[in-house]
Amino acid sequence: MIPAAFDYHSPRSLDEALSLLKQHAGDAKILAGGQSLIPAMRFRLAMPAILIDINRLNDLRYVEERGDHLAIGAMTREHALEDSSVVRRSYPLLHDTAVVIADPLVRNQATVGGNIAHADPANDHPATMLAYNATAVAKGPKGERTIPIDDFFTGLFENAMADDEILIEIRIPKPAANSGGAYTKLERKVGDYAISAAAVQLRLDGDKVAEARIGLTNVSAVPMRAKAAEAELVGKSISDAVVEAAGKAAAAECDPSPDLRGGVDYKRDITRVMVKRSIQRAVARAKGGK
Amino acid sequence: MSEHEVTLTINGEKVTRSVEARTLLVHFIREDLSLTGTHIGCDTTSCGACTVLICGKPIKSCTMFAVQADGAEIETIESLAAGGELHPLQEGFWEKHGLQCGYCTPGMIMSAKGFLAENPNPTEDEIRHGISGNLCRCTGYNKIVEAIQYAAEKLQAADAGGE
Amino acid sequence: MPQLDDRKEPHSELAEGVSARVPTTDEVQIKTPEKICGMGHRKKRKEDPRFIQGKGNYVDDVKLPGMLYMDIVRSPYAHAKINSIDASAALEMDGVLAVITGEDLKAAGDLHWMPTLMSDTQMVLPIDKVVYYAQEICAVIATSRYIAADAIEQVYVDYEPLDAVVDPFEAMKDKVIVRDDKEKKTNHIWHWEAGDKAATDAVFKDAATVVKEKLYIPRIHVSSIETCGMVANYNKARSHMQIYMTSQAPHAHRTVFALVSGLPEHKIQIISPDIGGGFGGKVPVYPGYVICAVASLVTGKPVKWIEDRSENLQADSFARDYHIEAEMAADKNGKITGLRVKTLSDCGAADAAANPSKFPAGLYSICTGSYDMKAAHVEVDGVYTTKPPGGVAYRCSFRVTEAVHMIERMADIMAHQLGEDPADYRLKNFIRPDQFPYKSPTGWEYDSGNYEAALKKAMDMIDYRTLREEQKQKRAKGELMGIGISSFTEVVGAGPSKDYDILGIKMFDSAEIRIHPTGKAMARFGTKSQGQGHETTYAQIIAEELGLPSDDIEVEEGDTDTAPYGLGTYASRSTPTAGAAAVMASRKIKAKAKKIAAHLLEVGEGDLEWNIDRFEVKGSPDQAKTIQEIAFAAYTNHPQGMEAGLEAVDYYDPPNLTFPFGSYICVVDIDKGTGEVAIRRFVAVDDCGHIINPLIVEGQIHGGLTMGLAPALYEEIVYDENGQNLTGTLADYLVPTAVESPKWELGKTITPSPHHPIGAKGVGESPTVGAPPAIANAVVDALWHLGVRHIDIPITPPKVWKLLRDNGVTD
Ligand SMILES: Cc1cc2nc3c(=O)[nH]c(=O)nc-3n(C[C@H](O)[C@H](O)[C@H](O)COP(=O)(O)OP(=O)(O)OC[C@H]3O[C@@H](n4cnc5c(N)ncnc54)[C@H](O)[C@@H]3O)c2cc1C
Ligand code: FES
Ligand code: FES
Repeated sequence: MIPAAFDYHSPRSLDEALSLLKQHAGDAKILAGGQSLIPAMRFRLAMPAILIDINRLNDLRYVEERGDHLAIGAMTREHALEDSSVVRRSYPLLHDTAVVIADPLVRNQATVGGNIAHADPANDHPATMLAYNATAVAKGPKGERTIPIDDFFTGLFENAMADDEILIEIRIPKPAANSGGAYTKLERKVGDYAISAAAVQLRLDGDKVAEARIGLTNVSAVPMRAKAAEAELVGKSISDAVVEAAGKAAAAECDPSPDLRGGVDYKRDITRVMVKRSIQRAVARAKGGK
Repeated sequence: MSEHEVTLTINGEKVTRSVEARTLLVHFIREDLSLTGTHIGCDTTSCGACTVLICGKPIKSCTMFAVQADGAEIETIESLAAGGELHPLQEGFWEKHGLQCGYCTPGMIMSAKGFLAENPNPTEDEIRHGISGNLCRCTGYNKIVEAIQYAAEKLQAADAGGE
Repeated sequence: MPQLDDRKEPHSELAEGVSARVPTTDEVQIKTPEKICGMGHRKKRKEDPRFIQGKGNYVDDVKLPGMLYMDIVRSPYAHAKINSIDASAALEMDGVLAVITGEDLKAAGDLHWMPTLMSDTQMVLPIDKVVYYAQEICAVIATSRYIAADAIEQVYVDYEPLDAVVDPFEAMKDKVIVRDDKEKKTNHIWHWEAGDKAATDAVFKDAATVVKEKLYIPRIHVSSIETCGMVANYNKARSHMQIYMTSQAPHAHRTVFALVSGLPEHKIQIISPDIGGGFGGKVPVYPGYVICAVASLVTGKPVKWIEDRSENLQADSFARDYHIEAEMAADKNGKITGLRVKTLSDCGAADAAANPSKFPAGLYSICTGSYDMKAAHVEVDGVYTTKPPGGVAYRCSFRVTEAVHMIERMADIMAHQLGEDPADYRLKNFIRPDQFPYKSPTGWEYDSGNYEAALKKAMDMIDYRTLREEQKQKRAKGELMGIGISSFTEVVGAGPSKDYDILGIKMFDSAEIRIHPTGKAMARFGTKSQGQGHETTYAQIIAEELGLPSDDIEVEEGDTDTAPYGLGTYASRSTPTAGAAAVMASRKIKAKAKKIAAHLLEVGEGDLEWNIDRFEVKGSPDQAKTIQEIAFAAYTNHPQGMEAGLEAVDYYDPPNLTFPFGSYICVVDIDKGTGEVAIRRFVAVDDCGHIINPLIVEGQIHGGLTMGLAPALYEEIVYDENGQNLTGTLADYLVPTAVESPKWELGKTITPSPHHPIGAKGVGESPTVGAPPAIANAVVDALWHLGVRHIDIPITPPKVWKLLRDNGVTD
């Protein structure tokens, strides 16, 4: 399996990358970690005429807290998230997610920006970023703009960025006190895309859930939030019944397709289970647990 | 279609070659540089037979273009016993019978090398996850895990001795 | 059906094996010192230094000057008429030298069809229709891999899709005929029976309990990490074809190539270099090989063809695909009395299994397993479907896995049905040690066994009774835990020439040993290691017999120009056949060595006795000649009238097959929320007779266990209703990683084979055969109280989830 031929550019600065992209808009694709794009090219499912490799843009590799948010450069490798002490300490949902993406070798190459820009509902970061209420920062010829994650995923493999824009950063709001999050993923085998997975980020106010956001993986054509499930939680004190209700709501609102990973009923019910388990762990973490 | 000149260091040796942009790094290593220790086992980035270290990190060389490696430092299996002495991982794989057909072995060893560099004293479970990007069809993994444990101990002992 | 005769075994005077009914032990026997390193030593493998340094030599590593590359256009349909193939655009591309179609092969002498190993026929390249998805349509020959890959995109094929027939039961109705090239317009290929039907029916009539079950043993793929490939190098000036090929059976392949191509056999050299795993998948001759060889003939240049993984998974031989209906009868004491089995074998578009000729269903009639019963009857029908042909092994002997899965599931169902503990039930029904050699109701003669010793050992290792207690307590709390047992009997080492051949070639195997003047040796074999460690084990066998240090023995296989003829390595046959040949050739050498020693010591042969590595004069051991001294004398001072040199060849024709066995116990916990099965522990007690190298045997067992786990929980080739393969890459064909694969716990018993010259039996495949039912039995055991009787493998979370929810269990 050999990719079709293409022209290759390896810009040394973001501006150079943007101008190349503008020049070749429509024909060019960004090459980030290549862990989705290159396999697709090998099967000739993708045959871009031009690749703009942004791996030399070392300025786009960082994970650090800046003001009220965690800033992640788009070219940050998944592996860096696993390794980051701030992620480990304060963003357990993100850490949970990073360690279940693909395998360690793929994670050494794959980028956070690529994972999100790819807008693949099977990828794990979209759900997590939806749960975190993250913001995507895109840069194009007209400059930088922020896109709320709720508006970012517009279709299967489609995002809200223009052809000539590059995703440069993802911002995750710093979790407030008494917050907790968790990612639970069911895979056919380790490193596989999810059968279903649930990202939950919530904040407790005493016994009650003050805020909750839930993202789901691989149970819809477009990465989705489980808003009905969130509604089952907010304002309630956590009980088995409440958690179950949220799980059931998620099962009802998701929209999986049958495939080798299972039938629709199975995926819905597993979504219920994943959501419940994530809520339980998120609550435990919000209360100071691990 | 574009041709590019690539200069990189492989197993300590600097090489310059002209490659087509689409040339996969694994083909470049195997065919242009005739280092056939790095293998190919799939077309979906699933098997890890092609694992090499780039700047110390193990990656799947079938899922990177050779042009991307311009300026990089690459280590392949051929580098390990360069000094004439087997690397503790090679020794471990031999001692513990960590290989059968040997096809996955170079990838496995390079993957383990990268893994141990970051986690020198791993648990069995960490080793199993650490090599989960590498498939072996022959060994059932038990003895690969033992081989990596052997190497970890040996490397740690060497480190302790060196301090 | 094999009828074992009591014909005198050809080298009986040399085959001083182990006497019949030797007691079972668990001590590995070691007779030679460390420096000789004969049998029983945990010798590190001699082949490893090259592999761990990246210096193996696999087919894709072969690079010849001027080499061209081949890529193959494949069918997007499972069943379609081909109206036309237009390769003109491809041929116009720079670097494209040729496009080879079925018409070209036909013109070259009807090479568009080839025989399968089962004497059926299979298309090399089609002329008018395709019969499976990903079937080879035509091949492009170009100056580089990349150009060839571009060129196949430029071949335009006009297909007219036909209805696919994917379900073998549908195929039996003959509404869609797969092979309209055949005279008889039917998909039914063959019918085969074993056992006594009347006696079996009678036993069922008298039965107190009968259990029935339908089992599907799904289609799977060996998926060795190296795919298949070839470098064909035709030298016009010499009229000589040199072929590097991923072959488990290079000699047999040479003969097939000679028969198919008309090239004289002495002008064909097949070299099977290092092989990256075979497991049965590198036994058949695939169309790609034939086309590649033709491409080299046509272009006069070396041509390389290396399959992509997706081609390998989609078009190469599958394993299994047996639809089984089984019934088991028991008397009022719960004793098993009979077994009745009907099976439909989905062969795909050709009968291209790799079974011995007389055994279209392989050794499937071993299906009465480890249990003594009065009668059994087995029927199997083979049928064509529009799927790739195959039916090869998957690290298992010919169809034994299917048989073992069935009998071990049935025994378990019967035990549960009768309310008996599955371990106790097995102990009660085993063939007893004093019944060996045991004549089975389907005609086998089991050489040796001690089934209760193996099971009891496994029960001790895992603390079986305590686990049953734990299970009881867990069940009371609503937790799902299961314990599964499999006490399998394997049959390997095909086989005696009277019954066993492939395309008429008898299934002996061979060894040739040459001892050099300085006491170093070269040994060549007709088998071909694909990771089994032959270079080490064969050397250890010879070391044991001749006292030469195993490090002084170079073992070589795989080059048909130098190795003696043999049938190759599969179905765990190497130790039983070529291993025995090594013993026999050694003993021939020893016989000559004795004569030389007598000459050197100036005594009669009768005055000498062998001691590890030398002949000693009886009563005065300081008067001795070592094997090295004798070797030197064989070239420098041999007796007048005797031929110089010290070498021997042996073609070993085994008197019987060998019957390795074992007992496995698996403990699983089931996640009620997701249906996931977690293997908590897995104890495997294997008995493969005498052990040549414990380190290698352990490795073989670990590997076999993981390849048993794979189809039990993960792997299956799935087609949609149009015959499209949905699991055609390693992203969806789920080969287990180190995380899925549990930490295997091994134990052993040793019950030597009485007819094998060193009492060894063959082991590489036992675990692949034994593991799946242990796992399946454990899962069913966890769910039996809910009314679950059977789950087909692979036992995936959706299947378990459905059973849980249907029975009201949730989290
Ligand atoms: C074997 C395997 C298993 C995997 N399993 C998982 C899994 O379990 N979970 C999971 O989430 N992912 C998984 N992945 C996918 C992996 O995480 C990918 O790396 C990721 O989806 C894409 O990231 P990348 O950096 O490799 O992007 P690339 O492959 O380089 O790019 C993907 C797409 O995004 C575009 N793009 C990339 N970066 C930008 C940017 N900054 N701005 C604009 N567009 C951009 C590219 O043009 C391309 O269209 C797996 C991959 C493999 C090979
Ligand atoms: S060849 Fe399989 S991952 Fe690279
Ligand atoms: S040793 Fe054969 S694949 Fe690992």
